[in-house]
Amino acid sequence: MSDKIKKVSIVVSKGSLDGIYPGLIMGNGARMEGIEANLFFTFFGLYGILKKYMGSIKIATVGNPAMRVPDAKGFPLPTLLGALPGMSAFATHMMNKEMEALDIPPIPEFIEMIHDAGGRIYACKATVDMFHLTMADFCPQVDKVLTVGDFYELAAGGQIIFT
Amino acid sequence: MPTKTLAGTPVDTDDEGYLVNHSQWNKDIAAALAAEEGITLTDGHWRVLDFIDADFKEKGVVPGMRRMNKVGNIPTKDLYALFPDGPIKKAAKISGYPKPASCV
Repeated sequence: MSDKIKKVSIVVSKGSLDGIYPGLIMGNGARMEGIEANLFFTFFGLYGILKKYMGSIKIATVGNPAMRVPDAKGFPLPTLLGALPGMSAFATHMMNKEMEALDIPPIPEFIEMIHDAGGRIYACKATVDMFHLTMADFCPQVDKVLTVGDFYELAAGGQIIFT
Repeated sequence: MPTKTLAGTPVDTDDEGYLVNHSQWNKDIAAALAAEEGITLTDGHWRVLDFIDADFKEKGVVPGMRRMNKVGNIPTKDLYALFPDGPIKKAAKISGYPKPASCV
């Protein structure tokens, strides 16, 4: 076990439910194994830590050829039907129900859990500037807004995972 | 199956040191398992171990972090403070239950 991973820095770059959760599960899982964890939210991934929107992150039902209804082994969802109003909300509702049953927390609670576990939460400076955001827009768990240079410094000596 | 002696009693474990037969567990064994992790058990630890024990008897699995929070009323921060670097795994091992099989 001499080559045990000691630190991971995870980049969350997508703002859909399936774009944000993998990074959170990996970050939380790292802390549960005693691995240091940094989460760096960039571009639309930033919505995962925006106070106003983090509680209503949705699954994209268009442009996802793996999407099936009514469950994971059902029929492929045609792109045109995926575009119908309410489809994304419905799919999100179904998935949230499954996750609740597995005790996977909703995004705001998950961010809090990771932060309480000692994981660090960062926002990308370029995106913050581009979206005209301030610290007041973020959930209180956000430690800092970082430049990509700061991020690499923090990540030094560990693994970087891009999601 | 590996056997090791804890608190003067031989116990059966898996390859990672988790007890395989919970009937062999008692509070002295818990203290010995905790010592292996560098932990001295306090009332705070016992609150966690007692919850895992009660919950395992009810559900048949070691509770995850969220269940510890919501049902056991034990905050995440406390768990990491009591069982550093792997709270659920360490607490499960000390309470004589299998390695947690959940991702969260």
